[in-house]
Amino acid sequence: MSTKLREEHEVYDYLRHSKKFPVMWCAGCGIGIVLGAIIRAIDRMGLDRDRVAMVSGIGCTGRMPVYVDFNTMHTTHGRALAFATGLKLARPDMYVLVVMGDGDALAIGGNHFIHAARRNMDLTAIVVNNNIYGMTGGQYSPTTPQHMRATTAPYGNIEPPFPLCELAKAAGASFVARSTVYHAKELDRLIEQAIARRGFSVVEAVSYCHTTYGRLNRLGTAVDMMRWLKENSVTLAQAEKMSPEERETKIVRGVLLDREGPGYVDLYEEIIRQARAAENG
Amino acid sequence: MTAQFMQGNTACAEGALVAGCRFFAGYPITPSSEIAEILSYRLPALGGKFIQMEDEIASLAAVIGASVGGMKAMTATSGPGFSLMQENIGYAAMTEIPCVIVNVQRTGPSTGLPTSPAQGDVMQARWGTHGDHPIIVLSPSSVMETFHLTVTAFNFSEKYRTPVILLMDEVVAHMREKVELPPREQVEVVDRVQTNVPPEWYFPYEETASDVPPLVSFGQGFRYHITGLFHDQRGFPTERLDEIQPWLKRVFAKIHNNLGDILMYEEESIPGARTVVLSYGATARSARHAVRLARARRHKVGFFKPLTIWPFPEEAVERLAHTAKRIVVPEMNLGQLALEVERVAGRHKVRRVNRADGELVTPQQILEAIEG
Ligand SMILES: Cc1ncc(C[n+]2csc(CCOP(=O)(O)OP(=O)(O)O)c2C)c(N)n1
Ligand code: SF4
Repeated sequence: MSTKLREEHEVYDYLRHSKKFPVMWCAGCGIGIVLGAIIRAIDRMGLDRDRVAMVSGIGCTGRMPVYVDFNTMHTTHGRALAFATGLKLARPDMYVLVVMGDGDALAIGGNHFIHAARRNMDLTAIVVNNNIYGMTGGQYSPTTPQHMRATTAPYGNIEPPFPLCELAKAAGASFVARSTVYHAKELDRLIEQAIARRGFSVVEAVSYCHTTYGRLNRLGTAVDMMRWLKENSVTLAQAEKMSPEERETKIVRGVLLDREGPGYVDLYEEIIRQARAAENG
Repeated sequence: MTAQFMQGNTACAEGALVAGCRFFAGYPITPSSEIAEILSYRLPALGGKFIQMEDEIASLAAVIGASVGGMKAMTATSGPGFSLMQENIGYAAMTEIPCVIVNVQRTGPSTGLPTSPAQGDVMQARWGTHGDHPIIVLSPSSVMETFHLTVTAFNFSEKYRTPVILLMDEVVAHMREKVELPPREQVEVVDRVQTNVPPEWYFPYEETASDVPPLVSFGQGFRYHITGLFHDQRGFPTERLDEIQPWLKRVFAKIHNNLGDILMYEEESIPGARTVVLSYGATARSARHAVRLARARRHKVGFFKPLTIWPFPEEAVERLAHTAKRIVVPEMNLGQLALEVERVAGRHKVRRVNRADGELVTPQQILEAIEG
């Protein structure tokens, strides 16, 4: 069985074959698709898995690292980027991937998110945006659209949502991209580009939480929500042909920003070089 | 080594460097900022890294991350920042990642008196984070001692895979004294235990004879999992009682089976003493002076100074309580370590001398308590 599995699923080889399966996610949840995309990206890049670290915060998304055979760290809610910053500075040779939920990344971790972007810290941040706090049972998050319901927004959410990618761009990230869990193959290509880019790269993986958000807002099953992602998202090229009003209603997929520029890790190596030269000279 | 005129915070930074600290992440706060300033200047030439994070929560997170990456790492802060660090102190305790947290105490609560000394974080250092866990807290009372205890803090954290808190106060941090730092090669430096098993056999939380499992850094071919959830010997989350209990037992045992190594205190004139003054940090300086004044007046008074605050030197204090009639505990707070002394010695044996208004407890105040 395992040879067949290995041939059919490139991810098989990267999973931890211990007692930790099945996964803790609800059947039909999109988080597993994002994990699959991350693994495929790493597999295609041929990265040495000893040099890959996956750091997460707390939430359903935060449980990703336990399943994969990398150097993995499940930290405190919202702080994954800060932990990853220390790890990356200690091990600049490692690829440090940070996986977060939208609450993790933008509410409790909002400050770390903008500062990691501002420093252009050489990390790859993958945010699974399901518009809700999944793990704690469906409270509204900083990405819950206005007027939608959550267990703490029984009359409809009145807070405007954070545009995650716009925020990352404005704060100083090097690479910003977005896709959805329906577009799994596109997602892995974007993640590959994000890992390859030095500096702070962000991939927003638009997902859904059918068990809380979906149910509260009568959006149907996981399959219905998946279909909605398919029908309501457009590529960048398609979006460019749309009127601003029309574009507003769509999830725009693709590379939204790709720029080169030195980040903290490289600049600090330069400081070390100078300080050492001064010491020896 | 030549004698130098040095501040406590400088001695702390120097001690950290000698101990092998190569990473500092912090957020500025009086009266600890000099530690960050000095290390930002000194670390690069040693191949070390400094980063000023966006807050204290991030600072300790980065420190733990760097430690997982194999660097000896520290942060320094004061009361408000220390409060912010509590969740991640618990994370370091749960994941058994070595790190050093310096808290140069100032008068609180809240922003209190930013540049005035206090010893108000004794209980926060012990119980600040949630849940049951042991902790090691050291408190220096001179500049020279700050150097040594900073080295010791790193050594303990590496040896026992645990966060260690250096609890200073503003007086010690900003006081300048003549010190003679020992040559680097004369300072004992301890590094975390490594493993000699192949990666497939490595369990980052296995039970070992010493109760301290080896800790391999990320990126060395040992791919394992770290989590703040209760975990099994491999580091994977668990809810099984037969895996949770052994972990709890082991982390407590690794400290409690090594009290002989961890507990440090100084005694002066204890034999025959009817009264013993127990004091730590800057207050210990007033206390020692008061004891000497009292002895000049022929009072039978001894002096006891714990350098290790937590774990509390219970047996030593029990012995004092047995031989002395009274234990006087002066502190720059309204009675924190005194609670622990009372727990061990009994309430009627303890006389508290307190002030928490940003002023030092004077030798005169302590003398009055000894004589009164
Ligand atoms: C300091 C702290 N506050 C609150 C929580 C409770 N908590 C756990 S997960 C979570 C939010 C999860 O939502 P999100 O980050 O969007 O991830 P998801 O579960 O949707 O993947 C919260 C609030 C916590 N663990 N720690
Ligand atoms: S609660 Fe929601 S986000 Fe969490 S696993 Fe279930 S469906 Fe996914």
